[in-house]
This record gives sequence, structure tokens and C-alpha cells, in this order.
Amino acid sequence: MDVKLINPFLEGTTSVLKTMAFVAPKPGKPYLKNDGLARGDVSGIIGFTGTLSGSMALSFSENAILKIVSNMFGEEIKEINGDIEDAVGELTNIISGVARKKLESFGLTVLAAIPTVVSGKGHSIKHVLGGKSIVIPFETEDGPFVVDVCMSEMK
Amino acid sequence: MDVDKNIKILLVDDFSTMRKVIKNLLKQSGYNNIVEAEDGVDALKVLKSEKVDFVISDWNMPNMTGIELLKAVRADSDLSGLPFLMVTAEGLKENVVVAVKAGVSNYIVKPFTAEVLNEKIKKIIEKL
Repeated sequence: MDVKLINPFLEGTTSVLKTMAFVAPKPGKPYLKNDGLARGDVSGIIGFTGTLSGSMALSFSENAILKIVSNMFGEEIKEINGDIEDAVGELTNIISGVARKKLESFGLTVLAAIPTVVSGKGHSIKHVLGGKSIVIPFETEDGPFVVDVCMSEMK
Repeated sequence: MDVDKNIKILLVDDFSTMRKVIKNLLKQSGYNNIVEAEDGVDALKVLKSEKVDFVISDWNMPNMTGIELLKAVRADSDLSGLPFLMVTAEGLKENVVVAVKAGVSNYIVKPFTAEVLNEKIKKIIEKL
């Protein structure tokens, strides 16, 4: 997977969380992941089709997402509930929208499906394409989360 | 010109979380008079039953989309002049053209800050 395809997701994630949740996540070194295990407690996943196809997952630790959604709502949320899951779905949608716009500036056509959300310790993430995915780890003051991308350019 | 912060705003989005997020942003700018609807059909019911000063609507919704709601508002002689701000997840050119043709007052691309939202509202109201 071309690294230029990763940057739009990194930038999209950082800018959306800054704008919507007033959180400034620090990206770490991306790595390859070869298993289907989520790295967080609640994940949103969205599929893409077009000249670029595959899927992107956002996987948040409980503490990170509680802070993010509390900031977005302007009220403190203390546990992962339906509101948190809906918000993860929206964040997945919005971040993928920003990333898609950047990818389109490279001349790629990318259409997105509707995101799905899974929560619980040790849940799995199934990428559309299968195989290795690239994980960008992020740190926030309240905990980690990752962006997990598995995409391929259709020739 | 100062915008009257007591205007009644109808917020239309099928996701209750997104309504909460936008409501939070509106409150940060001092707008507290907010009513909600979960799609275009629900929004039209509200618009027919109470006086609303401003509509903020999502684009993608089941039953009746934001663009269908906008067209219905513009076609209704009682509602046709209502300020209408469209919220969209993508700033796709084609979408913007469709919304402008349908008579949208302005549009805003997610994600946005309270300041940007307030600016858009002010701009629309100043033009009235």
C-alpha cells in the first residue's frame, strides 16, 4: 500500500478531532498489522469502493473516546453507551469524508459505504480486502487510539 | 450587525449524536432556542406547527433528505423565505451546485467549529 494513501487519513483524523472534540492527538510511527484484533475498546469501520478500494477503522481506548465524545457533546459521559457508539460512527464518517476529499485531489475516485460500530474488549476488525493493514497509532492526554487502514489502488 | 440570539433554530439530523454536537456548538455561540427533527418529514411537521426562524439541516437522511426538505420549504408560500443552512459531510462540488440551485442560503462542511457555524448564521441573517 502506497504511503501517500495513508497521509490523508492521518491528517483527516487530526483535523477532525481538533475541530470537533478540541483534542490534539499525537501520531506515532505507523506499523503493519497482520491479525484481525482491534487495538481499542470501541471501533468504527467504513468500506470504500472506486479506483481506491478497501476499508478504514478507527479504534479507540475507552478513556480516549469518553473524553472525545464528552468534549463533542459538552457534557461528561462516563461509560461506553449507545451515544458513544453513534458518535464513533459519525466520527468514522466525517474523518473518511475528509480523507476521501484529499484522496480525490490525487485523482482517485473513492465512494464510501455506511460505517458500522463494534464495541467490547478484544473485538475483531474485518477489513474488506483482508491481508495486512497499516496502523497509525495516536496518543491523546486521556488514552490511545488507532487508525487501521487496508486499501488498494485498482489498476 | 448583532444577530438576535433568541431566534428559533430547527436542527434536522437523523443522528441524535450529531444533533447533540451541533446543539453544543450553537449553545457555545449563545443560541439556546433550538428545536429538533430527525428527518425532512419530521422537520416539515415542526415547520407547519410552530414558527421557526432558521433551519440547519443535514443532507443525508432517511424518509426525506435535506435537499428534498429544502425544495419543499422553497415551494411552500408560507415557508419559502426561511433561512436554510445545509450541513454536508463532503464539500463535493456537484452537491453544492444542486443545493444552490434548490435555493440553499448557505452550506457548511463537517467538521466545523462553533465560530464557523456562527459566522455562517450571521452571514445568512445579514443578507435577509
